[in-house]
Amino acid sequence: MSTRAADTATRHSIVVAAPAERAFSVFTDGFGTFKPREHNLLEVDIAETVFETHVGGNIYDRGVDGSECRWARVLAFEPPNRVVFSWDINPQWQIETDPDKASEIEVRFIAEAPDRTRVELEHRNLDRHGDGWEGIRESVDGEGGWPGCLRRFAEHVAARP
Amino acid sequence: MTGKPVSVTLPFVATYQSAGLSALGDPTRRVIFERLAERPRAVGELASELPVSRPAVSQHLKVLKEAGLVIDQPAGTRRIYQVDPDGLAALRGYLDHFWDQALAGFKAAVEQQTKESE
Repeated sequence: MSTRAADTATRHSIVVAAPAERAFSVFTDGFGTFKPREHNLLEVDIAETVFETHVGGNIYDRGVDGSECRWARVLAFEPPNRVVFSWDINPQWQIETDPDKASEIEVRFIAEAPDRTRVELEHRNLDRHGDGWEGIRESVDGEGGWPGCLRRFAEHVAARP
Repeated sequence: MTGKPVSVTLPFVATYQSAGLSALGDPTRRVIFERLAERPRAVGELASELPVSRPAVSQHLKVLKEAGLVIDQPAGTRRIYQVDPDGLAALRGYLDHFWDQALAGFKAAVEQQTKESE
């Protein structure tokens, strides 16, 4: 189901027994239903994962205490064929606030039959996350790692015009 | 460190991250690592630049190497140490695992919904 692709990308594909429209809507609207549970930057359990189904929207986790972690930006939204979103998480597992240092995921939904769809996923530009070691140095020398997502997200929002 | 330990939620990355972080938690190792980030160096070179014995430098390099932060290669009778340029390998490994899991879950979810709607 997975192949090691070029150095800076990872590619996966899967065939599902459903029309492309349904596959697309489950992948986007239903993202929180299948996203691995351990993928969580919040300090509490996730109450829900929201995929905002428009370009410029976010994918975000909302914790049981109401805290939020916006870890992706929707870059393309073309039902039922294609969706692209960013991966705003750096190698130190903190929110990456510089879009130039984010990787991206493209998902294509290819109808092989009326009720069979191939889903191809490419997570690419991993090299944009840049020099991970620099980040490790910063987190060691700086405030001591892992301040959680919320504060960084607040800074991110505040930094925007 | 504050918040939930990463090791609870991200076993794979925890190995990657905490090994790196704890390896760099030692001030001498951090200095050694930073010297290597400037340019590759041999053990003797590091020992002559720092107030640390050569065996101690070797020991620190061993820890850095085990944490995946540096690599070494022979050059004649010496070994030259440098920062691992392929730091993305661990990230890619994690993401491979992440998307494998996600797509398997996605397939189950979409086929369950299709079945229910029939």
